Amino acid sequence: MIGNLPLVSGIAVPDLLAIASKRGFWLPQQASTVAADTDNLFFFIYWLSIVFFALIVGAMVLFVVKFRRKKNVPETSSAIEGNTKLEVAWAVIPGILLIAIFVWGFRGWIALAVPPGEAIEIQVRAKKWLWSFDYRGTNINGVDEITVPVDTPVKLIMSSEDVIHSFFVPAFRVKKDIVPNRYSVLWFTPTKLGEFDVLCTEYCGNGHSRMLSKVTVVTRDEYDKWMTRGGLPEGVEGKALGEYLFKAKGCKTCHSITTDRMGLPCPPLGGKYGSQEQLVTGEMQQIDDNYIRESIMKPNAKVVKGYAPVMPTFAGQIDDKQMDALIQYIASLK
Amino acid sequence: MSTIEKQIPTSNGASVGDLPVHGAATSGQRPAERKEPSYLTADKGLKSWLFTVDHKRIGIMYLVGVLSFFLVGGLFALAIRFELLWPEAGNFFETADGYNKAFTLHGAIMTFLFVIPIIPAALGNFFLPLMIGAKDVAFPKLNLLSFHLYVLGGATLVYTIFAGSLDTGWTFYTPYSTETGTAVISATLGVFILGFSSILTGVNFIVTIHKMRAPGMTWMRIPLFLWALYATAIIQVLATPVIGITLMLLTVERVFGIGIFDPALGGDPVLYQHFFWFYSHPAVYIMILPAFGVISEIFTIHSRKRIFGYKAIAYSSLSIAVISFLVWGHHMFVSGQSNLAGLIFSFLTFLVAIPTGVKVFSWVGTLYGGSIRLNTPMLYGLSFIFIFSIGGLTGLFLGALSVDVQLHDTYFIVAHFHYVMMGGVFIAFMSGLHHWWPKMTGRMYSEFLAKIGCLLVFVGFNMTFFSQFMLGSQGMPRRYYTYDQVSPELVELFTFWHRSSSAGSAILASGIFLTLGYLVFSIFKGQAVGPNPWGGVSLEWETDSPPIKHNFAHDPVCTRGPYDFDEVLAAERA
Repeated sequence: MIGNLPLVSGIAVPDLLAIASKRGFWLPQQASTVAADTDNLFFFIYWLSIVFFALIVGAMVLFVVKFRRKKNVPETSSAIEGNTKLEVAWAVIPGILLIAIFVWGFRGWIALAVPPGEAIEIQVRAKKWLWSFDYRGTNINGVDEITVPVDTPVKLIMSSEDVIHSFFVPAFRVKKDIVPNRYSVLWFTPTKLGEFDVLCTEYCGNGHSRMLSKVTVVTRDEYDKWMTRGGLPEGVEGKALGEYLFKAKGCKTCHSITTDRMGLPCPPLGGKYGSQEQLVTGEMQQIDDNYIRESIMKPNAKVVKGYAPVMPTFAGQIDDKQMDALIQYIASLK
Repeated sequence: MSTIEKQIPTSNGASVGDLPVHGAATSGQRPAERKEPSYLTADKGLKSWLFTVDHKRIGIMYLVGVLSFFLVGGLFALAIRFELLWPEAGNFFETADGYNKAFTLHGAIMTFLFVIPIIPAALGNFFLPLMIGAKDVAFPKLNLLSFHLYVLGGATLVYTIFAGSLDTGWTFYTPYSTETGTAVISATLGVFILGFSSILTGVNFIVTIHKMRAPGMTWMRIPLFLWALYATAIIQVLATPVIGITLMLLTVERVFGIGIFDPALGGDPVLYQHFFWFYSHPAVYIMILPAFGVISEIFTIHSRKRIFGYKAIAYSSLSIAVISFLVWGHHMFVSGQSNLAGLIFSFLTFLVAIPTGVKVFSWVGTLYGGSIRLNTPMLYGLSFIFIFSIGGLTGLFLGALSVDVQLHDTYFIVAHFHYVMMGGVFIAFMSGLHHWWPKMTGRMYSEFLAKIGCLLVFVGFNMTFFSQFMLGSQGMPRRYYTYDQVSPELVELFTFWHRSSSAGSAILASGIFLTLGYLVFSIFKGQAVGPNPWGGVSLEWETDSPPIKHNFAHDPVCTRGPYDFDEVLAAERA
């Protein structure tokens, strides 16, 4: 620390304008270790912009008022063609400020690019249009939201199964594209408890604006307990477990739970259990336990008429107990 | 009296009605009969327009074509803004699919059919030969070919809308664009054809400026609009082939399944982005450089003042053209390119801000000591400074690596590029259109309505797009059909700014429609004007309004710079 000023990224900056604990006018709350530095640079550029804008527009307005053509007075025009000193000044001085911005941004960038050694590693699989998280070295697989302990580095190793997606947590100030056939890495250390939105920020088709998730940041104790439960909510069985899984596995991203399709790409499930639906082949299909199981394991075997075969398979991601719970839940939807 | 008239004696000694005289009457006589009809009436019939080689007719046809596509693209925008009034789905588009097609077509039509061609093809074609004192461009038939290619490319893109449409975003990122079922090939073919229109126009302009300047018109005496067109033409010629090849490769991949970009076939999707942005970044300078050129004309003529820093502005256009080829990776900071690449691209991006800043300061400096008229072209010009400054300054946020991580692919980007592209190019175009309208049509529009239009456009524009900066910095991603899935407190915030933006778009649209209305009306009922309603010194003001078919009644000679107002005014007072 230099005096009372926080020392961020090697540069001492008063943290005057970034409101750390809640959403400000411009930016969300700061909930990670890198957020303060990013925000400080944002506001440095912001105030610089305000000053230059005021100078430019102010001078413009001043000159328009002062040199406005006056009627009944002979017109004059100055022969000024330029002013070398002034022109050099207004190239060099902004140039220096721009280099300062560049250096600061670069330093923040390097901090974002280098994950700390000891981090919780989470494998991220992005596909149209859901997130699937596996905690490396644990039995927590295929969840659609992540829970992490506060003040602990988390490293995401991400890959896409189809098109380019992008993982963005505004509150953490982190973002990285997720590209098929390669891994991209993103890390953060959360500093606040709470739930933070995760949004897909690379256009990926019809479900792009529904491809959301959450990072839940809890205390270390809570996290340990969550781990021993295998990532499931406490004491939840049967239909309630099915409801949790329906969301956790990403079903909710594409299937509405009422009879209204709600503009989603896949059939609504309200009131469907026990009914008959026509398939794309023309034959009628009873919507029973076996059909639901088959649709989860081999989704494109029997597609309902009017829909495209876009559902990914969940084979290997759902055990028998979870399958039972899901079927109970789906059967209960009206 | 104009310099030209002094130099060249007329055959009968009388003052020739074709040539302008600054305010001086023709000694009490009736004005001499016009010897020739204007370019508008010289030849009659549809074929005489569609197969003309007259650069002025080609410019007018481009104007009509480009503005028609602008309206189509604008309608898509209004639909998008309406959809986003509520966070849920289904406000205008029943499914996300309809919305995705709308923003894709909005972007593709606006980028390729409006913002890139509007100033060079419409105003540039019309005024380049006039400003250098030539009868036409260097290759008039090539010019006609450029126009026909524009129409063909535009028709192909319109066909795309009806042949399966397009849902990839105007950027066609792979592998989404290699696998989607929409009419990608038809769209890329359209863009490919349009690319040739752009390249041929660029070639034509470069040769014209090099070879066809009037005697006495040195490089340092050409109007700055032409330096701008020259720098633009260099980019058009060098960069456009890259997008042609890139989209051709995309088509080849779709048709033959060769893995260039699709990782499922062994390709690299980030390679596509490099190729795409290698053109598309210089493309934005194709868009803005001519706009800068227009502003140089406006600020000089309408404050009757020499430009401040002629050389600085001329050379900055060239340096922007060069550096523009070196910054494409700033669109890809989070895409997976290396950290070293990120570093270099960020640095070069800040570098290109310097010549741009120099221009803005020079234009404001031009006002100093002038005699400023607050007419419509000038009001649009002042609006440009206001709006483009915001656009340019917000680019600084995006060039800074750590801040860009937060802002990339959010509405902050959408706001930034609309500020520079629409706020910059469109506002400058409006300024130029109102400035040169009397020359092109021989008519003046209603100044009162024009000022109202300018106010509506200015207020509407800022309301529409400033709101989007806040949307973006708070985390609203772009290309989102709905925003009801985020946390409730954020839904409220997003709803507020989206509504503010959409309300602004209604105001902006009303200003544009008003402008269209009074301009069209002026063609039929506007007051007739003489050759030089603004008192300009550059050569286009030496022709009739509208000009005769071969522009000048006799070959002009240049003896002074294009902005020597102090000399002209001194001579007038003498």
